[in-house]
Amino acid sequence: MLMVQGLACLRGDRLLFKNVGFELNAGGLMYVLGENGSGKSSLLRILCGLLKPEEGGVFWNGKPIDLDTDIYQADLTYIGHLNGLKDDLTALENLQISARLAGNQVDDAVALNSLAAIGVARCANLPVGVLSQGQKRRVALARLWLTRSQLWILDEPFAALDTASVDVLAARLGEHMSNGGMTIITTHQEVTIHAQSTQTLRLSA
Amino acid sequence: MNDAWLIILKRDLLLAFRRRSDVATTLFFFLIVSSLFPLGVGPEVAVLSSIAPGVLWVAALLAGMISLNRLFAADFTDGSLEQMLIAPQPLALLVLAKILAHWLVCGLPVVLLAPLIGLQYALPNDALLVLVWSLLLGTPTLSLIGAIGAALTLGVRGSGLLVALLVLPLYIPVLIFGAGAVAASQHGMSAQAHLSLLAACSLLSLVLAPLATAAALRISVE
Repeated sequence: MLMVQGLACLRGDRLLFKNVGFELNAGGLMYVLGENGSGKSSLLRILCGLLKPEEGGVFWNGKPIDLDTDIYQADLTYIGHLNGLKDDLTALENLQISARLAGNQVDDAVALNSLAAIGVARCANLPVGVLSQGQKRRVALARLWLTRSQLWILDEPFAALDTASVDVLAARLGEHMSNGGMTIITTHQEVTIHAQSTQTLRLSA
Repeated sequence: MNDAWLIILKRDLLLAFRRRSDVATTLFFFLIVSSLFPLGVGPEVAVLSSIAPGVLWVAALLAGMISLNRLFAADFTDGSLEQMLIAPQPLALLVLAKILAHWLVCGLPVVLLAPLIGLQYALPNDALLVLVWSLLLGTPTLSLIGAIGAALTLGVRGSGLLVALLVLPLYIPVLIFGAGAVAASQHGMSAQAHLSLLAACSLLSLVLAPLATAAALRISVE
Protein backbone atom coordinates (compact mmCIF):
# COMPACT_ATOMS: atom_id res chain seq x y z
CA MET A 1 0.00 0.00 0.00
CA LEU A 2 1.25 3.44 -0.88
CA MET A 3 0.36 6.22 1.50
CA VAL A 4 1.15 9.86 0.89
CA GLN A 5 0.71 12.53 3.53
CA GLY A 6 0.80 16.30 3.36
CA LEU A 7 3.22 16.63 0.46
CA ALA A 8 4.39 20.07 -0.50
CA CYS A 9 6.75 20.82 -3.35
CA LEU A 10 8.77 23.97 -3.83
CA ARG A 11 10.65 24.57 -7.10
CA GLY A 12 12.88 27.60 -6.83
CA ASP A 13 10.71 29.90 -4.73
CA ARG A 14 7.45 28.84 -6.34
CA LEU A 15 5.10 26.61 -4.41
CA LEU A 16 3.84 23.97 -6.86
CA PHE A 17 1.45 22.22 -4.51
CA LYS A 18 0.86 21.59 -0.82
CA ASN A 19 -1.20 19.24 1.32
CA VAL A 20 -1.28 16.47 -1.26
CA GLY A 21 -2.28 13.22 0.36
CA PHE A 22 -3.82 9.94 -0.78
CA GLU A 23 -3.79 6.21 -0.29
CA LEU A 24 -3.38 3.70 -3.06
CA ASN A 25 -4.23 0.05 -2.45
CA ALA A 26 -3.55 -3.11 -4.42
CA GLY A 27 -5.43 -3.04 -7.71
CA GLY A 28 -5.79 0.73 -7.57
CA LEU A 29 -5.24 3.18 -10.38
CA MET A 30 -4.63 6.86 -9.86
CA TYR A 31 -4.73 9.59 -12.44
CA VAL A 32 -2.76 12.72 -11.67
CA LEU A 33 -4.28 15.56 -13.65
CA GLY A 34 -3.40 19.19 -14.00
CA GLU A 35 -2.28 21.84 -16.42
CA ASN A 36 1.25 22.04 -17.75
CA GLY A 37 3.52 23.24 -14.98
CA SER A 38 1.15 22.30 -12.17
CA GLY A 39 3.71 19.92 -10.71
CA LYS A 40 2.56 16.51 -12.00
CA SER A 41 6.04 15.36 -12.95
CA SER A 42 7.51 16.76 -9.73
CA LEU A 43 4.91 14.82 -7.74
CA LEU A 44 5.82 11.61 -9.55
CA ARG A 45 9.51 12.25 -8.94
CA ILE A 46 8.83 12.75 -5.25
CA LEU A 47 6.90 9.47 -5.18
CA CYS A 48 9.93 7.74 -6.74
CA GLY A 49 12.31 9.26 -4.24
CA LEU A 50 14.16 11.23 -6.91
CA LEU A 51 13.05 14.52 -5.40
CA LYS A 52 12.80 15.42 -1.72
CA PRO A 53 9.46 16.98 -0.77
CA GLU A 54 9.46 20.28 1.07
CA GLU A 55 7.01 18.82 3.58
CA GLY A 56 5.24 15.54 4.12
CA GLY A 57 6.18 11.96 3.46
CA VAL A 58 5.65 8.93 1.23
CA PHE A 59 5.13 5.56 2.89
CA TRP A 60 5.32 2.13 1.26
CA ASN A 61 3.66 -0.61 3.30
CA GLY A 62 3.82 1.68 6.31
CA LYS A 63 7.50 2.58 6.07
CA PRO A 64 8.97 5.85 4.81
CA ILE A 65 10.46 5.24 1.36
CA ASP A 66 13.79 6.84 2.25
CA LEU A 67 14.33 4.29 5.05
CA ASP A 68 13.90 1.00 3.21
CA THR A 69 14.94 2.40 -0.13
CA ASP A 70 16.09 -0.88 -1.68
CA ILE A 71 12.86 -2.71 -0.86
CA TYR A 72 10.75 0.14 -2.21
CA GLN A 73 12.82 0.49 -5.35
CA ALA A 74 12.54 -3.24 -6.05
CA ASP A 75 8.74 -2.80 -5.97
CA LEU A 76 8.83 0.25 -8.22
CA THR A 77 8.91 0.80 -11.95
CA TYR A 78 9.15 4.40 -13.07
CA ILE A 79 9.04 5.60 -16.63
CA GLY A 80 9.48 9.34 -16.74
CA HIS A 81 9.18 11.72 -19.63
CA LEU A 82 12.75 10.77 -20.55
CA ASN A 83 12.96 7.31 -22.05
CA GLY A 84 16.23 6.25 -20.44
CA LEU A 85 17.44 4.69 -23.68
CA LYS A 86 20.90 4.80 -25.19
CA ASP A 87 20.88 5.92 -28.83
CA ASP A 88 23.92 3.80 -29.67
CA LEU A 89 22.50 0.54 -28.31
CA THR A 90 19.87 -1.53 -30.04
CA ALA A 91 16.31 -1.71 -28.73
CA LEU A 92 16.93 -5.24 -27.50
CA GLU A 93 20.15 -4.30 -25.69
CA ASN A 94 18.47 -1.28 -24.10
CA LEU A 95 15.56 -3.34 -22.88
CA GLN A 96 17.75 -6.09 -21.45
CA ILE A 97 20.03 -3.65 -19.65
CA SER A 98 17.19 -1.74 -18.05
CA ALA A 99 15.42 -4.95 -17.02
CA ARG A 100 18.56 -6.41 -15.48
CA LEU A 101 19.33 -3.15 -13.71
CA ALA A 102 15.88 -3.40 -12.14
CA GLY A 103 16.74 -6.91 -10.98
CA ASN A 104 14.91 -9.02 -13.60
CA GLN A 105 16.91 -11.63 -15.49
CA VAL A 106 15.68 -11.80 -19.07
CA ASP A 107 16.91 -13.80 -22.04
CA ASP A 108 16.64 -12.74 -25.66
CA ALA A 109 13.38 -14.56 -26.33
CA VAL A 110 11.55 -13.00 -23.40
CA ALA A 111 12.82 -9.54 -24.26
CA LEU A 112 11.84 -10.00 -27.91
CA ASN A 113 8.36 -11.07 -26.82
CA SER A 114 7.83 -7.91 -24.86
CA LEU A 115 9.04 -5.79 -27.77
CA ALA A 116 6.60 -7.70 -29.96
CA ALA A 117 3.80 -7.11 -27.45
CA ILE A 118 3.95 -3.37 -28.05
CA GLY A 119 4.70 -3.78 -31.74
CA VAL A 120 8.36 -2.85 -32.05
CA ALA A 121 9.82 -6.33 -32.63
CA ARG A 122 10.98 -5.21 -36.08
CA CYS A 123 13.22 -2.60 -34.48
CA ALA A 124 14.83 -5.03 -32.02
CA ASN A 125 18.24 -4.96 -33.65
CA LEU A 126 18.28 -1.34 -34.74
CA PRO A 127 20.11 1.31 -32.74
CA VAL A 128 17.52 3.31 -30.85
CA GLY A 129 18.98 6.53 -32.31
CA VAL A 130 17.42 5.80 -35.70
CA LEU A 131 13.92 5.13 -34.35
CA SER A 132 11.07 7.62 -34.35
CA GLN A 133 9.86 9.32 -31.17
CA GLY A 134 6.89 6.99 -30.87
CA GLN A 135 9.01 3.90 -31.45
CA LYS A 136 11.50 4.99 -28.79
CA ARG A 137 8.65 5.51 -26.36
CA ARG A 138 7.37 2.01 -27.11
CA VAL A 139 10.82 0.49 -26.55
CA ALA A 140 10.93 2.21 -23.15
CA LEU A 141 7.41 1.00 -22.32
CA ALA A 142 8.27 -2.59 -23.30
CA ARG A 143 9.80 -2.82 -19.81
CA LEU A 144 6.26 -3.04 -18.47
CA TRP A 145 5.97 -6.53 -19.99
CA LEU A 146 9.10 -7.68 -18.14
CA THR A 147 8.88 -6.10 -14.73
CA ARG A 148 7.45 -7.89 -11.72
CA SER A 149 7.24 -4.80 -9.53
CA GLN A 150 3.94 -3.91 -7.94
CA LEU A 151 3.90 -0.14 -8.21
CA TRP A 152 4.13 1.52 -11.60
CA ILE A 153 4.62 5.24 -11.88
CA LEU A 154 4.23 6.45 -15.45
CA ASP A 155 4.66 10.01 -16.66
CA GLU A 156 2.65 10.63 -19.84
CA PRO A 157 2.99 7.05 -21.11
CA PHE A 158 0.47 7.63 -23.90
CA ALA A 159 2.22 10.67 -25.36
CA ALA A 160 3.63 10.06 -28.86
CA LEU A 161 1.89 6.67 -29.15
CA ASP A 162 -0.43 5.75 -32.02
CA THR A 163 -3.98 4.67 -31.23
CA ALA A 164 -3.26 0.95 -31.59
CA SER A 165 -0.38 1.18 -29.11
CA VAL A 166 -2.51 3.20 -26.69
CA ASP A 167 -5.03 0.34 -26.61
CA VAL A 168 -2.29 -2.27 -26.12
CA LEU A 169 -0.76 -0.30 -23.27
CA ALA A 170 -4.15 0.34 -21.64
CA ALA A 171 -4.83 -3.41 -21.77
CA ARG A 172 -1.46 -4.13 -20.18
CA LEU A 173 -2.17 -1.63 -17.40
CA GLY A 174 -5.56 -3.26 -16.83
CA GLU A 175 -3.89 -6.66 -16.59
CA HIS A 176 -1.39 -5.28 -14.06
CA MET A 177 -4.17 -3.92 -11.86
CA SER A 178 -6.15 -7.16 -12.04
CA ASN A 179 -3.02 -8.93 -10.73
CA GLY A 180 -3.04 -6.68 -7.68
CA GLY A 181 -0.68 -4.05 -9.06
CA MET A 182 -0.97 -0.32 -8.62
CA THR A 183 -0.45 2.41 -11.16
CA ILE A 184 -0.03 6.13 -10.88
CA ILE A 185 -0.27 7.84 -14.21
CA THR A 186 -0.34 11.32 -15.68
CA THR A 187 -2.06 11.80 -18.99
CA HIS A 188 -3.82 14.39 -21.10
CA GLN A 189 -5.64 11.78 -23.16
CA GLU A 190 -8.96 10.08 -22.52
CA VAL A 191 -8.01 6.43 -22.12
CA THR A 192 -10.14 3.72 -20.58
CA ILE A 193 -8.18 1.55 -18.19
CA HIS A 194 -9.88 -1.14 -16.16
CA ALA A 195 -9.02 -1.18 -12.48
CA GLN A 196 -10.58 -2.37 -9.25
CA SER A 197 -10.59 1.18 -7.97
CA THR A 198 -9.84 4.41 -9.77
CA GLN A 199 -9.10 7.75 -8.20
CA THR A 200 -8.15 11.12 -9.56
CA LEU A 201 -5.84 13.69 -8.09
CA ARG A 202 -6.11 17.15 -9.56
CA LEU A 203 -3.25 19.57 -9.08
CA SER A 204 -4.07 23.20 -9.63
CA ALA A 205 -1.32 25.64 -10.45
CA MET B 1 23.85 -6.96 -6.66
CA ASN B 2 27.28 -7.47 -8.20
CA ASP B 3 25.46 -8.30 -11.37
CA ALA B 4 24.18 -4.74 -11.74
CA TRP B 5 27.73 -3.48 -11.36
CA LEU B 6 28.84 -5.62 -14.27
CA ILE B 7 25.88 -4.57 -16.41
CA ILE B 8 26.81 -0.91 -16.11
CA LEU B 9 30.49 -1.64 -16.77
CA LYS B 10 29.66 -3.69 -19.87
CA ARG B 11 27.15 -1.13 -21.09
CA ASP B 12 29.60 1.74 -20.82
CA LEU B 13 32.38 -0.21 -22.51
CA LEU B 14 30.01 -1.19 -25.30
CA LEU B 15 28.95 2.44 -25.72
CA ALA B 16 32.59 3.51 -25.84
CA PHE B 17 33.21 0.86 -28.47
CA ARG B 18 30.28 2.12 -30.57
CA ARG B 19 31.66 5.66 -30.23
CA ARG B 20 35.30 4.97 -30.83
CA SER B 21 35.95 8.48 -32.12
CA ASP B 22 35.30 9.91 -28.63
CA VAL B 23 37.97 7.66 -27.18
CA ALA B 24 40.40 8.56 -29.93
CA THR B 25 39.91 12.27 -29.17
CA THR B 26 41.28 11.89 -25.65
CA LEU B 27 44.22 9.88 -26.83
CA PHE B 28 45.10 12.25 -29.66
CA PHE B 29 44.81 15.18 -27.28
CA PHE B 30 47.41 13.56 -25.03
CA LEU B 31 49.59 12.74 -28.00
CA ILE B 32 49.46 16.25 -29.46
CA VAL B 33 49.87 18.21 -26.22
CA SER B 34 52.88 16.17 -25.20
CA SER B 35 54.37 16.42 -28.68
CA LEU B 36 54.06 20.21 -28.78
CA PHE B 37 56.65 20.74 -26.06
CA PRO B 38 59.67 19.25 -27.86
CA LEU B 39 58.70 21.36 -30.88
CA GLY B 40 58.44 24.51 -28.81
CA VAL B 41 61.32 24.04 -26.40
CA GLY B 42 63.79 22.68 -28.92
CA PRO B 43 65.58 19.37 -29.25
CA GLU B 44 68.10 19.75 -26.42
CA VAL B 45 68.22 16.43 -24.63
CA ALA B 46 69.09 17.86 -21.21
CA VAL B 47 66.17 20.33 -21.23
CA LEU B 48 63.69 17.83 -22.61
CA SER B 49 64.45 15.10 -20.14
CA SER B 50 64.29 17.54 -17.21
CA ILE B 51 60.83 18.81 -18.18
CA ALA B 52 59.56 15.40 -19.29
CA PRO B 53 58.01 14.18 -16.00
CA GLY B 54 56.03 17.36 -15.45
CA VAL B 55 54.94 17.77 -19.06
CA LEU B 56 53.81 14.18 -19.49
CA TRP B 57 51.91 14.22 -16.23
CA VAL B 58 50.20 17.54 -16.97
CA ALA B 59 49.24 16.24 -20.42
CA ALA B 60 47.79 13.10 -18.83
CA LEU B 61 45.90 15.25 -16.32
CA LEU B 62 44.36 17.42 -19.02
CA ALA B 63 43.53 14.45 -21.24
CA GLY B 64 41.72 12.81 -18.34
CA MET B 65 39.87 16.03 -17.64
CA ILE B 66 38.50 16.79 -21.08
CA SER B 67 36.71 13.47 -21.10
CA LEU B 68 35.12 13.98 -17.66
CA ASN B 69 32.10 15.83 -19.03
CA ARG B 70 30.99 12.73 -20.85
CA LEU B 71 31.00 10.64 -17.68
CA PHE B 72 27.44 11.43 -16.61
CA ALA B 73 26.18 14.03 -19.09
CA ALA B 74 24.71 11.58 -21.61
CA ASP B 75 23.06 9.51 -18.88
CA PHE B 76 21.61 12.71 -17.46
CA THR B 77 20.06 13.91 -20.70
CA ASP B 78 18.65 10.58 -21.87
CA GLY B 79 17.21 9.63 -18.49
CA SER B 80 19.31 6.54 -17.79
CA LEU B 81 20.76 8.31 -14.77
CA GLU B 82 17.28 8.55 -13.22
CA GLN B 83 16.86 4.85 -13.79
CA MET B 84 20.20 4.16 -12.10
CA LEU B 85 19.18 6.28 -9.12
CA ILE B 86 15.96 4.34 -8.58
CA ALA B 87 17.43 0.92 -9.35
CA PRO B 88 17.36 -1.38 -6.32
CA GLN B 89 21.17 -1.38 -6.22
CA PRO B 90 23.65 0.65 -4.19
CA LEU B 91 24.25 3.76 -6.28
CA ALA B 92 27.89 4.08 -5.20
CA LEU B 93 28.57 0.66 -6.73
CA LEU B 94 26.99 1.62 -10.05
CA VAL B 95 28.96 4.85 -9.98
CA LEU B 96 32.16 2.91 -9.35
CA ALA B 97 31.40 0.79 -12.42
CA LYS B 98 31.02 3.94 -14.50
CA ILE B 99 34.28 5.34 -13.19
CA LEU B 100 36.08 2.08 -13.91
CA ALA B 101 34.73 2.10 -17.46
CA HIS B 102 35.86 5.71 -17.84
CA TRP B 103 39.35 4.82 -16.65
CA LEU B 104 39.59 1.77 -18.92
CA VAL B 105 38.57 3.90 -21.88
CA CYS B 106 40.37 7.18 -21.14
CA GLY B 107 43.04 6.42 -18.54
CA LEU B 108 44.53 3.08 -19.52
CA PRO B 109 45.27 4.03 -23.16
CA VAL B 110 47.20 7.07 -21.90
CA VAL B 111 49.21 4.82 -19.56
CA LEU B 112 50.03 2.50 -22.44
CA LEU B 113 50.92 5.30 -24.84
CA ALA B 114 53.08 7.20 -22.33
CA PRO B 115 56.34 5.23 -22.74
CA LEU B 116 56.21 5.86 -26.47
CA ILE B 117 55.93 9.59 -25.87
CA GLY B 118 58.59 9.35 -23.17
CA LEU B 119 61.02 8.29 -25.88
CA GLN B 120 60.54 11.69 -27.55
CA TYR B 121 61.91 13.20 -24.36
CA ALA B 122 64.92 10.89 -24.27
CA LEU B 123 63.84 9.32 -21.00
CA PRO B 124 66.06 6.38 -20.00
CA ASN B 125 64.51 2.92 -19.70
CA ASP B 126 64.15 2.81 -15.94
CA ALA B 127 62.53 6.26 -15.90
CA LEU B 128 60.10 5.05 -18.58
CA LEU B 129 59.19 2.12 -16.41
CA VAL B 130 58.60 4.40 -13.41
CA LEU B 131 56.53 6.70 -15.63
CA VAL B 132 54.24 3.81 -16.56
CA TRP B 133 53.95 2.70 -12.95
CA SER B 134 53.23 6.20 -11.71
CA LEU B 135 50.51 6.71 -14.34
CA LEU B 136 49.07 3.28 -13.63
CA LEU B 137 48.79 4.09 -9.93
CA GLY B 138 47.85 7.75 -10.37
CA THR B 139 45.34 7.92 -13.24
CA PRO B 140 42.62 5.98 -11.35
CA THR B 141 42.67 8.79 -8.78
CA LEU B 142 42.12 11.29 -11.58
CA SER B 143 39.02 9.43 -12.77
CA LEU B 144 37.73 8.98 -9.22
CA ILE B 145 38.16 12.59 -8.12
CA GLY B 146 37.04 13.83 -11.51
CA ALA B 147 33.77 11.93 -11.14
CA ILE B 148 32.87 14.02 -8.09
CA GLY B 149 33.42 17.19 -10.09
CA ALA B 150 31.49 15.84 -13.07
CA ALA B 151 28.57 14.89 -10.82
CA LEU B 152 28.53 18.26 -9.06
CA THR B 153 28.49 20.26 -12.30
CA LEU B 154 25.88 18.09 -14.00
CA GLY B 155 23.27 20.12 -15.82
CA VAL B 156 25.04 23.40 -15.04
CA ARG B 157 25.68 25.77 -17.93
CA GLY B 158 29.34 25.97 -18.92
CA SER B 159 30.07 22.87 -16.90
CA GLY B 160 33.13 22.06 -19.02
CA LEU B 161 35.16 24.93 -17.65
CA LEU B 162 33.65 24.68 -14.19
CA VAL B 163 34.69 21.07 -13.82
CA ALA B 164 38.27 22.07 -14.67
CA LEU B 165 38.31 24.80 -12.03
CA LEU B 166 36.84 22.42 -9.49
CA VAL B 167 38.93 19.38 -10.18
CA LEU B 168 42.37 20.61 -11.27
CA PRO B 169 43.38 21.91 -7.81
CA LEU B 170 42.47 18.52 -6.37
CA TYR B 171 44.77 16.86 -8.89
CA ILE B 172 47.82 18.68 -7.47
CA PRO B 173 48.96 15.95 -5.03
CA VAL B 174 48.76 13.33 -7.77
CA LEU B 175 50.74 15.57 -10.11
CA ILE B 176 53.43 16.19 -7.48
CA PHE B 177 53.88 12.55 -6.54
CA GLY B 178 53.55 11.31 -10.13
CA ALA B 179 56.03 13.71 -11.68
CA GLY B 180 58.18 13.37 -8.55
CA ALA B 181 58.44 9.62 -9.00
CA VAL B 182 59.77 9.96 -12.54
CA ALA B 183 62.14 12.79 -11.57
CA ALA B 184 63.48 10.76 -8.64
CA SER B 185 64.28 7.83 -10.88
CA GLN B 186 65.99 10.17 -13.38
CA HIS B 187 68.27 11.35 -10.58
CA GLY B 188 69.10 7.83 -9.59
CA MET B 189 66.95 7.79 -6.47
CA SER B 190 64.28 5.32 -5.54
CA ALA B 191 60.77 6.19 -6.69
CA GLN B 192 59.29 3.87 -4.09
CA ALA B 193 58.06 6.60 -1.72
CA HIS B 194 56.31 8.56 -4.46
CA LEU B 195 54.68 5.44 -5.87
CA SER B 196 53.46 4.37 -2.44
CA LEU B 197 51.89 7.78 -1.90
CA LEU B 198 50.22 7.58 -5.32
CA ALA B 199 48.82 4.18 -4.42
CA ALA B 200 47.60 5.59 -1.11
CA CYS B 201 45.82 8.44 -2.93
CA SER B 202 44.19 5.91 -5.24
CA LEU B 203 42.98 3.72 -2.39
CA LEU B 204 41.64 6.64 -0.41
CA SER B 205 39.74 8.04 -3.38
CA LEU B 206 38.55 4.55 -4.30
CA VAL B 207 36.74 4.40 -0.96
CA LEU B 208 35.50 7.98 -0.74
CA ALA B 209 34.92 9.17 -4.31
CA PRO B 210 32.07 6.78 -5.27
CA LEU B 211 30.14 7.74 -2.14
CA ALA B 212 30.70 11.46 -2.70
CA THR B 213 29.81 11.11 -6.39
CA ALA B 214 26.61 9.22 -5.57
CA ALA B 215 25.57 11.96 -3.14
CA ALA B 216 26.40 14.66 -5.69
CA LEU B 217 24.37 12.87 -8.38
CA ARG B 218 21.31 12.73 -6.14
CA ILE B 219 21.56 16.48 -5.61
CA SER B 220 22.13 17.23 -9.30
CA VAL B 221 19.17 15.16 -10.45
CA GLU B 222 16.77 16.97 -8.10
